Amino acid sequence: MARDGVERIINAMITVLYFARLREALGTGSETIKLPADVSNIDNLRAHLIARGGVWADELQKTAIRAAINQSMASGDSAIADGDEVAFFPPVTGG
Amino acid sequence: MTVRIQTADFDVSAEIAGLRRGNAKIGAVASFVGVVRDVNDGDPVAEMTLEHYPGMTEHSIEEIIAQARGRWQVIDALVVHRIGTLRPADQIVLVVVTSGHRGDAFAACEFIMDYLKTRAPFWKKESTAKGERWVDARASDDVAAERWRLKG
Repeated sequence: MARDGVERIINAMITVLYFARLREALGTGSETIKLPADVSNIDNLRAHLIARGGVWADELQKTAIRAAINQSMASGDSAIADGDEVAFFPPVTGG
Repeated sequence: MTVRIQTADFDVSAEIAGLRRGNAKIGAVASFVGVVRDVNDGDPVAEMTLEHYPGMTEHSIEEIIAQARGRWQVIDALVVHRIGTLRPADQIVLVVVTSGHRGDAFAACEFIMDYLKTRAPFWKKESTAKGERWVDARASDDVAAERWRLKG
């Protein structure tokens, strides 16, 4: 992997989506962010977003928040990679 | 299988006729229609708005139908779920399952609905006299989905 691999990881970008109550509270439904070097899974990303403070901390600390990676349900230790679409949302209430 | 997410209403008879068309092996058709109630958690509901996760919602329902096919003899299945603003008495969701026999059709239809309630990404926001509020997930829905783990 050498040089190319390292560069790709340093410049890794992900899209993060927020739905329903989260989208309204955070004031955004979507953002593209540079994947921080210390973020490799859902738990890390959530901690990174909580560190923004304010409403980010209030909303994303809620235990019921669910996550998906590339439109499949994910758990805290699910790995995040360059180009992934990550989503955070409250428990679902359809039907 | 067919999965559709739409703002428009649906015609139950037409949907069932479409699913049955040309298949004389079908001996049973089970269907479920979810409807907007005019009251929730003790408060009158004027209207509600449904939001979904385009792409993931469709995929997750397809996956639920695939699981049902793995457990029961299902000939075909259809799910139509509405999004956008709905009012009391409006239809929200339709599940139709065709099978050779009623036992498989009933069970698969109920399974699909129970799993949809807890796994498909939709969110409801209600408008009441107290203002707008997001609907909280119900523990009873988790229990309804969980019991299928124990049943054959």
